[in-house]
Amino acid sequence: MGVNEKIRKVDGIGLVMGKPAYSDDLAPRDALIVKVLRSPHAHAEILSIDTSKAEASEGIACVFTYANVSDVNFSRAGQGFPEPSPYDHRILNKICRYIGEPVAVVAGVFEHQVDEAINKIKVEYKVLDAILDFEIAKDHDIKIHSGDGTKSMFEIGHYPEKNIAASYEMEIGSVKETLKQCDVVYEGRYYTQAQAHAMTEPHTSVSYYDQQDRLNIITSTQTPFHVRRIVGKTLNLPLSKVRVIKPRIGGGYGGKQAIHGEFFVAMVTMKTGKAAKCIFSRKEVFEGSYTRHQMRLDIKVGAMKDGTIQVIDMDILSNTGAYGEHALTVLMVAGSKTLPLYNKVKAVGFRGDVVYTNLTPAGAYRGYGAIQGNFALESAIDELADLLEIDSVKLREMNMMKEGETSEIFEIMGEGQEGTAMTIESCKLQECLDLCLEKLNYYDIYPRKQVAPNKIRSVGYALAMQGSGIPYIDMGSAIIKLNDDGFFNLMVGATDIGTGSDTILAQIAAEALEVPVEKIIVYSSDTDLTPFDTGAYASSTTYVSGHSVRIAAEKMKENIIEAGRKHFNSHHVNYVEGVLTCEDQSITLKDFSTKLFYSENQEQLVASGSYVGTKSPPPYMVGGVEIEVDTRTGEVDILNYVAVVDCGTTINPNLAKIQVEGAIVQGIGMTMYEEVNISEQGHNFNNSFMRYKVPTRMEIKHLDVSFVESYEPSGPFGAKSVGEIGIDTPPAALSNALKNAIGKRINVLPIRAEDVWKSIKA
Amino acid sequence: MKINLIVNHNHYDYYPRPDEYLIESLRKLGFQSVKKGCDTTSCGVCSVIVDGQLVPSCSYLTSRCDQKEVLTVEGIPEEARHIAEFITAEGVDQCGFCSPGHVMAIHALKLELKNPTMEEIKHYLAGNMCRCSGYEGQHRAIKKMMEVE
Repeated sequence: MGVNEKIRKVDGIGLVMGKPAYSDDLAPRDALIVKVLRSPHAHAEILSIDTSKAEASEGIACVFTYANVSDVNFSRAGQGFPEPSPYDHRILNKICRYIGEPVAVVAGVFEHQVDEAINKIKVEYKVLDAILDFEIAKDHDIKIHSGDGTKSMFEIGHYPEKNIAASYEMEIGSVKETLKQCDVVYEGRYYTQAQAHAMTEPHTSVSYYDQQDRLNIITSTQTPFHVRRIVGKTLNLPLSKVRVIKPRIGGGYGGKQAIHGEFFVAMVTMKTGKAAKCIFSRKEVFEGSYTRHQMRLDIKVGAMKDGTIQVIDMDILSNTGAYGEHALTVLMVAGSKTLPLYNKVKAVGFRGDVVYTNLTPAGAYRGYGAIQGNFALESAIDELADLLEIDSVKLREMNMMKEGETSEIFEIMGEGQEGTAMTIESCKLQECLDLCLEKLNYYDIYPRKQVAPNKIRSVGYALAMQGSGIPYIDMGSAIIKLNDDGFFNLMVGATDIGTGSDTILAQIAAEALEVPVEKIIVYSSDTDLTPFDTGAYASSTTYVSGHSVRIAAEKMKENIIEAGRKHFNSHHVNYVEGVLTCEDQSITLKDFSTKLFYSENQEQLVASGSYVGTKSPPPYMVGGVEIEVDTRTGEVDILNYVAVVDCGTTINPNLAKIQVEGAIVQGIGMTMYEEVNISEQGHNFNNSFMRYKVPTRMEIKHLDVSFVESYEPSGPFGAKSVGEIGIDTPPAALSNALKNAIGKRINVLPIRAEDVWKSIKA
Repeated sequence: MKINLIVNHNHYDYYPRPDEYLIESLRKLGFQSVKKGCDTTSCGVCSVIVDGQLVPSCSYLTSRCDQKEVLTVEGIPEEARHIAEFITAEGVDQCGFCSPGHVMAIHALKLELKNPTMEEIKHYLAGNMCRCSGYEGQHRAIKKMMEVE
């Protein structure tokens, strides 16, 4: 009835027609405007801060600095509890650790009044030396977190005295010995940059007291329940006094997993009793929210002459910026969601340090380490094939993960802790590879074709895997109630941030309840009205929240049949597609539910379901690209990007396809155009859409996304996740295509035209 | 100063600050379809039509709008629904934040260009950024809409 149907997003028409649905649209008209004075220095101590003139300024309601806010250490990461990220942050800090760090929060009636008041705040800074190069941060004399109460909730390799936010290492077998025994070893160093999320809706938070004097927060978040917990605990509010509502969200991609303006509006409302709203400017989104973790990846891959890969070793230095949100987990995913691709090895090594620098903090970002790890690994496999003089396709086919197999890594590496052993029950990598190469005309073009005197065409590809939620941590839940007229309310904690999760969860409920999707009315992500869900991250919604919906719907079906038994006064009752039957009698759900409300065995039928994954089945994908390189300029045209994906059942093939298409373009952006550029003083100088190069429609010539037939037995109706996998392949696929085109490896992202040109000329 | 601001064919006596941009005025008047994505005319999210011309309302001074006809998505409900049907049929609406601006751009395109090629359409819409969709689905939707029309 619902699954594998290309139905429209339930909120689609309304949103396209501009219905008020996002945080700012729902703000009370009289909300105080909240704005933030931010640090102009990459590293500085606030010696004094005089807010008296600002406070006396017309229209100003209140001003906050580090001196009059809670000094509790916490993590803004927006993860489950206890977090695997260090508690190294306070609402406002006396030490400013990056340009853009909040120094003061000002609330007033009109925006121009707040702007004027901010200009009247006098701050005396003691400017400190800063660390802007992450490769020198470890053990540097400058300590970014010292004596500030930073701590970890459990062992995460947190050594602030060494500027290390988190660290990790593991080894299976002996990497050193196995490398010695290999006929061929490839060693390479790869760099990935800080990338901005660049969601179109800036971070927006609104707060007010309701008629019960409870603090309501409407906010553009991916994690409403974590917001309630973190804001409540940090501001010393009982969680019963806080309600967090997630309205429609204008894109997140990980950037809205963390806490941003929520504290600021909450403090203003608590102080003044008035509604407040804080909307980040685009500059603030760039400078004062998050980026992707910049990384340096050293990889070694060793193989025998016959092409059997014996050992992979990955050593990572990751840059978390000023605060350690997601430091450990992003690092670990760089290994745990790439290395199992080649599971027939004798030894695997993985280690890394995540260092503090005086830059905008890094945080969760679609791909979450896997895109960085994939760039190094899938480039290295192509390089190894060249060294072995074996077709890279054959090399991969010999060594890659197959259905029914496993990898020790699953058990050893989780996210911030030990992992979970699992056997791969669905893996269509071979089918993905075959179809991708066929669609790409790979062997016709490989390695290159001269199509004009200065134009070379070439192809490249990469494999990828991701996960489906974090086992034993991510929990989703759902409540379903039956209404008269035979329709259902589905309440879920799952957080639709534009992915269409409300829609696919309605489809899962409809499938289980055997009714059309129109009979399922979804309401999501409101800490008062919906059950708990960890939120929209870790590719968890379809798999984890989807299961909770399936469970609730199946229980509801049982409840309906049970009520039907009373109605027919018989045990032999069947329910098929919205009709209850008992021998030759039948009643539609429409009529039956109306009786349940008004006239017979009156009862409100409600069912709930919760689900915690016991495994995290990876979706797989092969991404291939055809490019045309202009050898005079280094300009690279991306002619066609072919993606073939195994995400199990596509609950909604249309929405799954757009998830992959959008992710590919975000990955292409990271590979070719996007970069957070930092001046010598630590200024982000592409802090606007004018300077920061998000791909436009002109860069996209052709995308070809398809799904192979696949069924994940552990997934809801056979589904795995699809939100992140699409972003992983562009860096390696494009780097491999360029290697095929110009014969040289470019191992630093982004690969700009000038880098290609220099590489050609070198 | 006082201006006669005409939004979706309704007249408003409006007193803009000298530095007030149209997006702020429109949102104050309740036209919430107009979203703010950047402050630098770079993303197209705030696109509205002023006297038949597509403009980014984040950088168009309200004081310039005296006696001008401003059109937002709320002012073209039938056309917006028609475009929305095609966009949502492809599932390409995603987060939806850029959609009202995108709809206004498509509407302006249809007013301005007769039988445009796909390349012309892409050029016309180049200023409308979308971070979710990868654009290809938008182009499929527009192509299907043009075929039907």
